[in-house]
Amino acid sequence: MRHTITVMVENEFGVLSRVAGLFSGRGFNIDSLSVAPTNDETISRMTIVTRGDDQILEQISKQLNKLIDVIKVIDFTDGEAIEREMALIKVTAEESARAEILRIADIFRAKIIDVTTKSFTIEATGAPAKIDAILELLRPLGLKELVRTGPVAIGRGAKAWKG
Amino acid sequence: MKMTGARILLECLKLEGVDTVFGYPGGTVINIYDELFSFKDIRHILPRHEQAGVHAADGFARATGRVGVAIATSGPGATNTVTGIATAYMDSIPLVVITGQVPTALIGNDAFQEVDIIGITRPCTKHNFLVKDVKDIATIIKKAFFIARTGRPGPVLVDLPKDVQIATAEFHYPDSIELRSYKPTVEGHPKQIEKAVSMLLAAKKPVIYVGGGAISGDAAGELSALATKLHIPVTTTLMGLGAFPEDNPLSLNLLGMHGTYFANMAVTNCDLLVAVGARFDDRVTGKIATFAPHAKIIHMDVDPTSIRKNVRVDLPIVGQVKDVLGRMLKTVEECGDKIAAFHAGIEPWLVEIDGWKKKHPMSYKQTATVIKPQFVIQKLRELSESDAIVATDVGQHQMWTAQFFGFREPRTLLSSGGLGTMGYGLPAAMGAQAAFPNRQVIAVCGDGGFQMNLQEMATLVQNRLPVKIVILNNNFLGMVRQWQELFFDKRYSQTCMELPIDFIKLAEAFGAKGFQATRPDEVEATIKKAFETPGPVIMEFKIAREEKVLPMVPAGASLNEMVLNA
Ligand SMILES: Cc1ncc(C[n+]2csc(CCOP(=O)(O)OP(=O)(O)O)c2C)c(N)n1
Ligand SMILES: [Mg+2]
Repeated sequence: MRHTITVMVENEFGVLSRVAGLFSGRGFNIDSLSVAPTNDETISRMTIVTRGDDQILEQISKQLNKLIDVIKVIDFTDGEAIEREMALIKVTAEESARAEILRIADIFRAKIIDVTTKSFTIEATGAPAKIDAILELLRPLGLKELVRTGPVAIGRGAKAWKG
Repeated sequence: MKMTGARILLECLKLEGVDTVFGYPGGTVINIYDELFSFKDIRHILPRHEQAGVHAADGFARATGRVGVAIATSGPGATNTVTGIATAYMDSIPLVVITGQVPTALIGNDAFQEVDIIGITRPCTKHNFLVKDVKDIATIIKKAFFIARTGRPGPVLVDLPKDVQIATAEFHYPDSIELRSYKPTVEGHPKQIEKAVSMLLAAKKPVIYVGGGAISGDAAGELSALATKLHIPVTTTLMGLGAFPEDNPLSLNLLGMHGTYFANMAVTNCDLLVAVGARFDDRVTGKIATFAPHAKIIHMDVDPTSIRKNVRVDLPIVGQVKDVLGRMLKTVEECGDKIAAFHAGIEPWLVEIDGWKKKHPMSYKQTATVIKPQFVIQKLRELSESDAIVATDVGQHQMWTAQFFGFREPRTLLSSGGLGTMGYGLPAAMGAQAAFPNRQVIAVCGDGGFQMNLQEMATLVQNRLPVKIVILNNNFLGMVRQWQELFFDKRYSQTCMELPIDFIKLAEAFGAKGFQATRPDEVEATIKKAFETPGPVIMEFKIAREEKVLPMVPAGASLNEMVLNA
């Protein structure tokens, strides 16, 4: 099953390789990983999307917690978290397709952030499934380049994790 | 007062209570050595190889329970420490390893003797630190010792660039340290402990399975008290040997691949398995699917990652095993007459186990002409002092020692269990002897592994460390040969050490003594003579060359599928 895990870590040199090394060394999958400092600049927050059965996920959480630089691990199972991802998408935009591309972008509330006579670059934001959906529509029109951030996640409701 | 980074390091070590370090000088630690030259509070032992230095620090740590300390220079010095660090990591041994590093300005430039030791040791240390500022040395060393010794212990590496050693700062050593991301002391949950006791008292066929955590967690006393109070049989892993006296009738001795018939049968047939500071290693469990198939499993460990890593667990208890066992004992003691009923309930189980013990006790046949290795080990036990410390290397001799020595006290067996590092035995014994100059320290080695760190004979002689070295010489890489005999049609590919070595002359070349026994009737006299001879001594025993370690559970088989005599 797909899991989104948030990991609060000391904002220190080498922490990312400790986390990445843990996943590769123990044969855990990483589908995506994003990391940046939080409001407290001594803490960085990672969002990792991974998959595995319950036993593997339990190990992943425990092993992450065991790293000395890891302050907190939160496993957001489906529904508890809001996830958002951004994609920058470069599509071929010949005369005949331009209107269609604009319509699709509009439906998904995506922005055109760069235009040439032959291409559009689109910025799309949303839940990962929404990004998947816009990509599916754009692909037949000529998708030239794609970059996705991987999701970031935050818990629902008033409760907050410091940092 | 301002002092150099190198001096700050030594002051920190002193305040941590370090009195002995094992280290090897070089360009990027020369400043530390310059400070050491006039620093009288720390004894420095110079091994002949950095790997051996780390193993010695490890042997020191295992024998004393304190943190072992090693120093090495950057580049090759640092890479030489890696096997020692990985050995300690696998067996959860507390070490602080200090490596020199090229000056901070040169890091990343492929400078002379630069290596990314932080990157290299990341997966085999509990944690590591690169010190970038002289002002951070004291806090980092404080953290390093705190992390190494607390929770599930382990090695910590501190990489100290040369310019940081030379720079000066005010020295202030923090009294205590708080890490928001590391809270190692956990108490077992009271509800879980209560449940554990009721599961225990409901069992009809209980077994306690003890690993190295009972030794590093200093829980031998609580363990013995609980087991003897309830009459529960106890089996230990290689790392757990000594946590429960093997001469106690409740002892089932070693379990696993080369465990006793009765330990493996007991685990296979038990209805409750209580794992204490053990991690269900594949050498212990054999085929996971058939491991303890009828048992409920209680697993107590300081390290939550050990729990449910390999096997299903019915009742996990995360906590210091000493505390958990102590509180279980207390709860049991309040159970009054339930205990008598429990004793009566498990009586048939104890009888069944006794039957297995009688059916297949540990055995071997000593003939009149050829020395059997098991006989040597038994004689060693008989003739050695009761508090003797035994370090082993890795191979058949290690297993014979584990099977036949009969360990009674924690911290009397030093052996590389998790990594299985050949070359460990001699330097580990050296470290233990440095810690306990007046105790008998014996290194049991194979002819192969001895040669992996035999240069340490020089260190022993120079430092007057009177380690008694036993070489069980089969002129084979015996353990591998055994596998080749059993599973590869006796194709002894590269396991015969063609060249016979004169170990007696070798001992003499280092200024030590050497004795040899080739016949069974010489064994006792040889051991006695060696024990009476001051200083380091090699005892070489020419043993039955193709003797096997038995019983044996073939890799991947179930524990009850033991080869008893092949
Ligand atoms: C550093 C290292 N290399 C290789 C091995 C694989 N290995 C395990 S036991 C063994 C044979 C050891 O031979 P010896 O030291 O003579 O001991 P014996 O088994 O004969 O008692 C070998 C090669 C190992 N454990 N460690
Ligand atoms: Mg051998």
